[in-house]
Amino acid sequence: MRPTAALTPFLALVLAATTLTACGGGSGSDPDTVKVSFKQSTDNSVKVMDTYLADIKKQFEKANPGKKVELVPIKAPDSEYYTKLQQMLRSPKTAPDLVYEDTFLINSDITSGYLKPLDAYLAKWPDWNRFIDTAKAAAKGEDGKTYGVPDGTDTRGLWFDKGVFAKAGLPADWQPKTWNDVLSAARAIKKKVPGVIPLNVYTGKPVGEAATMQTFEMLLYGTNDGGTDPLYDKNTKKWIAGGQGFEDALGFVETVYKEKLGPDVSDALDPNVMTRVRGEWLPKGELGIALDGSWLPQDWLPGSGHEWPEWSKKLGLAAMPTQHGQAPGKVSMSGGWTWAVPAKAGNPDLAFEFIKTMQTKANAQKWYVANSGIAVREDVAKDPAYATAQPGIKFFTDLVRSTHYRPAYPAYPKVSTAIQEAMEGVTTGDTTVGEAARGYTDALKDATDNQVVER
Amino acid sequence: MTATAPHPEIGKAPRPPASLRPRRGPGVLIRTLPLVPSVVLLLLFLAGPIVYCVWIAFTDLQLTGQAQESFVGFDNFTRAFGDEAFLNAVWLTLVFTVVSSLIGQNTLGLALAALMQRASKPVRTLTGGIVVTAWVLPEVVAGFLLYAFFRREGTLNAILDWLHLPSQNWLFTLPILAVSFANVWRGTAFSMLVYSAALNEIPKEITEAAEVDGAGGRRRMWHITLPMIRRSIGTNLMLNTLQTLSVFGLIWVMTRGGPGGRSQTLPLFMYEQAFQNSLIGYGTAVALLLLLVGSLFSLVYLRLLRTEV
Repeated sequence: MRPTAALTPFLALVLAATTLTACGGGSGSDPDTVKVSFKQSTDNSVKVMDTYLADIKKQFEKANPGKKVELVPIKAPDSEYYTKLQQMLRSPKTAPDLVYEDTFLINSDITSGYLKPLDAYLAKWPDWNRFIDTAKAAAKGEDGKTYGVPDGTDTRGLWFDKGVFAKAGLPADWQPKTWNDVLSAARAIKKKVPGVIPLNVYTGKPVGEAATMQTFEMLLYGTNDGGTDPLYDKNTKKWIAGGQGFEDALGFVETVYKEKLGPDVSDALDPNVMTRVRGEWLPKGELGIALDGSWLPQDWLPGSGHEWPEWSKKLGLAAMPTQHGQAPGKVSMSGGWTWAVPAKAGNPDLAFEFIKTMQTKANAQKWYVANSGIAVREDVAKDPAYATAQPGIKFFTDLVRSTHYRPAYPAYPKVSTAIQEAMEGVTTGDTTVGEAARGYTDALKDATDNQVVER
Repeated sequence: MTATAPHPEIGKAPRPPASLRPRRGPGVLIRTLPLVPSVVLLLLFLAGPIVYCVWIAFTDLQLTGQAQESFVGFDNFTRAFGDEAFLNAVWLTLVFTVVSSLIGQNTLGLALAALMQRASKPVRTLTGGIVVTAWVLPEVVAGFLLYAFFRREGTLNAILDWLHLPSQNWLFTLPILAVSFANVWRGTAFSMLVYSAALNEIPKEITEAAEVDGAGGRRRMWHITLPMIRRSIGTNLMLNTLQTLSVFGLIWVMTRGGPGGRSQTLPLFMYEQAFQNSLIGYGTAVALLLLLVGSLFSLVYLRLLRTEV
């Protein structure tokens, strides 16, 4: 072979090699930098998490000379945040060292092998024993290993505007006993206080998991006997098909939007409706009742962008009742977020050190208060400084007793989408309650490989 | 290009014995060498992802909730054809394409171009400038502008109110029409430019001769102009249709495919399946089906282009 003949394959190889390594060389992990990904609010004026993490970063860099923290915010609504994160976790080139994971998705991501078990680290970390048991279980995989450190939990209930209630002739210490009480209060507002949205319940796919958890499950877990899990049967390990309780919960949503007790349907199906509820409707007194989470005040705290210190005087709180008032009389759902280390992280050790810095008692307490979260560390929960730090904390912490956790198994995200689809159908009026429930059962079979039981 | 190009006589003459033939190997290699980088890059960045994409469409790959993906054959495709939401998306895609691309952009573009031929220069410049502005705007900005125009408290309803006409929540009651209109608004400039160029190419003598023969405006359009710009029509239709088929940002910004999937065209359906329901495999299969729809349209237009005038 002549020398030139060998040149082409050689050049091709060189070219391929150089272009390939050019893409590969990109982010490469620096052993002294820990990259932290978190969800940044889509509301530019809300900087709660940014401020908190900047503070922790300073502490961490001071305590660990030579080490650096790089914050990698992902600015997106919930549902898009998960997608972006999962895409980053697929490759070692893009995987950060520490990620903020919703407990709703963590089991699914564990199954995908995106996360690293933390048991070895937790065993050597005395503070872990301060966490309450339910919180420890929040990020436990089906394999029994723990994959995340929770930074608080949450509960849900009814927020109501006392000013609107006074105009509608409703009491300031309102506590509905049944779903009907909630609806009749909304009807009273609609009749007597024009221009105000009587009742907001999130619905449909645009708001994602918020529709499922803040609305649908808050209703569904109050049907039947109000105790056993209406979505998933732990004994048979099967998902439960859409039955009477499911239809009743859909019926509630349908009633709200059919009778125009809720926001205009086009507003309800706007992905940014959550930002409007807390940033606009509630502070401006344009909403009577909101079925929403314990974390709302985080947007109204000083430094949040739209401070609203009077909220505790203007708004009242009530527990969400069960359907007919059956025991225990009230319903709450709990979720929360955790800090997790990706399986493909470059600096897992340093990442766990960062978790430790975030979860010292003082820092954890600071976060619970800033984030309007519910404490998952016993020492903080008992601290009177925490319980009185903010109005409402006591109310929502007491709800922990009657709270439910989602069956956050790997199929859950798809089950949740199926619920949102059923809700969207009855919200727009495209489907009847019966059709939507049957559609849910079909989608459920599809999502869970037919692991469905009729009840 | 062949290795013997510098010696054209060799092709005709009987081949000399091998020992006398000019050396082929190195010549070919050296002359194809400059092509190598681009070929490698194309293979790497164009063919590679496409092949990978086709492969994924035959697996049940998920973004989350799955330890190991597996090959599932045509499952994703059979699933699509049994999926009401998919069929709804195909139907809406066709409506969107026909209304906004074939009828809207194409016809309006031709009409604008024809009118501008007769207009005075300032009018021409002004109209051209305005129309092209819509085209220059980034898709997301255009989407947001039209969202603001169509929404309940938007400009359109303000105008209707002022005229004492009943207002409508356009994005809710007729979302597919609203996004079609948005696409027309944005894409007409392109057709207009193509047709302006084509109309300028028509020789004056032919039009004048037709005029002398007593052909009116409509007949001239039908018998002279249209046949003469037929090729441009074909090209324009093809480009417009393919562009419209893949419109995502505009619809995403305006309606997100909602409410209740009433403006969910195939690209949005694909996105929802792949990234919101985490079904990457299924989403990719839908993407391939979208490709199929696009190539069907292209085939029709290619036929139109092939026939000689």
